[in-house]
Amino acid sequence: MFNNYKKTLFLSTFLLVPSLVSADELSGGDTAWILTSTALVLFMTIPGLSLFYAGLVRSKNALSVLMQCFTITCVASVMWLILGYSMSFSNGGSMNEWMGGFSNLFLSEVTREGMSGTIPESIFAMFQMTFAIITPALVIGGFAERMKFSAMIWFTILWSIVVYYPVCHWVWGGGWLGDKGTLDFAGGLVVHITAGVGALVAAVVLGKRSGFPGTMMPPHNMTMTVTGAGMLWVGWFGFNGGSALAANGDAAMAILVTHISAAIASLSWMICEWIKYGKPSVLGIVTGMVAGLGSITPASGFVGPMGAIVIGLTAGIVCFTVTNYMKRILHIDDSLDVFPVHGIGGIIGTLLVAVFVSSQFGGAGLAEGMTIGSQFVVQLTAVVATIVWTIIASFIILKITDLICGNRVNDENERIGLDITQHEEKGYDL
Amino acid sequence: MKLITAIIKPFKLDDVRVALTEQGIHGLTVTEVKGFGRQKGHTELYRGAEYVIDFLPKLKIEIAVAESSVDQVIEVISRSANTGKIGDGKIFISSIEQVIRIRTGETGEEAL
Repeated sequence: MFNNYKKTLFLSTFLLVPSLVSADELSGGDTAWILTSTALVLFMTIPGLSLFYAGLVRSKNALSVLMQCFTITCVASVMWLILGYSMSFSNGGSMNEWMGGFSNLFLSEVTREGMSGTIPESIFAMFQMTFAIITPALVIGGFAERMKFSAMIWFTILWSIVVYYPVCHWVWGGGWLGDKGTLDFAGGLVVHITAGVGALVAAVVLGKRSGFPGTMMPPHNMTMTVTGAGMLWVGWFGFNGGSALAANGDAAMAILVTHISAAIASLSWMICEWIKYGKPSVLGIVTGMVAGLGSITPASGFVGPMGAIVIGLTAGIVCFTVTNYMKRILHIDDSLDVFPVHGIGGIIGTLLVAVFVSSQFGGAGLAEGMTIGSQFVVQLTAVVATIVWTIIASFIILKITDLICGNRVNDENERIGLDITQHEEKGYDL
Repeated sequence: MKLITAIIKPFKLDDVRVALTEQGIHGLTVTEVKGFGRQKGHTELYRGAEYVIDFLPKLKIEIAVAESSVDQVIEVISRSANTGKIGDGKIFISSIEQVIRIRTGETGEEAL
């Protein structure tokens, strides 16, 4: 999402009118693009992320991952309808810096005629809903292959309310981070850092899968993973391009830099692996892609191609290093590497945007009165605040879900697999 | 009567079957198996997680033959399954006490 502050600045500088004056005029072009982007972002979760994740687990758990992604799509949608949109984007009155209000429960204020900028508010709410879906869906990679289905649903509900909606409001809904001038174009903070940190906390609280790291737990279907990865890349054009909330130069540049960063990060991860382990792996190149896409997300509407090259390169190298460090040295079983890829990627992009937004590096330009240094401090504050809040909230939520129904399946069910024990179905009957 | 059990590389099955047929040896049973001998397995690496694959896919073929054909079959399998590289497999010979053809009830070498 473009930052409100920046948008106002842009409009008042070039159009010499306050942004609200033009707000009610519907733009067919803008609306068509956001309608399209909404479909693209939903496509990222089902089937993109679902396939990407399902291929990475063992065959006895493949269906459980597909089921979790699908269920989260439904649960997060209903939650968004009931209170998510209101808590994220309505005015919270005296608490507005910290959270939105409850005036728009059940989307009661969203009408056919209502506008959000140049697009109908209904499609703005729907576009945002797809972000509220994919964020908790990303988290399941942290606790894959061992969490109870019921606990996963409770976690999704509580985590959306306590982590996603507030952070979304802080950054995009008129909260304190947005007010400070924090740059987060499409969700480095709101989506990737919250998801990455949430997954890390879940991995630590739930503990390792039994047998980790000694037992073999290789991906059961790499073909599926690569298929899902391709869908994610394409869908990401809607994620970042759509976050311009208009069919304009910001959207076009966002897609260009998104693509560059994905390509560079894929290659840099592949080369790191080739040098360190002697073989360029398929899983390596597609993981690099996700790292590059996650990293460019907060910067996508603000930086130019030069920024994209540096961000992509940094993402590939740093995320590769952290993934290896966590797995081989720390032995933390963040099963599908959500933190080192999305969490670290989100942090990289959110910090580097402070540098590459500068027009001297081909970016859209710093806000008036901001320097690279001062913008960096703003970005760093936002990163630290988001991480701290997500750690504390996720930890408490997991303690609550453990009290409600127990977080983990028992050892025997874990050994048999979640497909049979949680759903009484098998992914494969070969 | 002897049971000849050979563990071979999977891609050599067709060569072995054709060679046996050319020599007039008919009838064999094939099972997909995994195992290892002197040949080492390989490693797989997924995002830094390294797995050593000890058990390699092999095929087990079983042929029941008359005493008089044993040397011939051993020679044919040894030749046709040979790649000269480690991991070509082994041949085991064991005695068979009795053989019965289910359809006719024939026994002994008649049933082979």
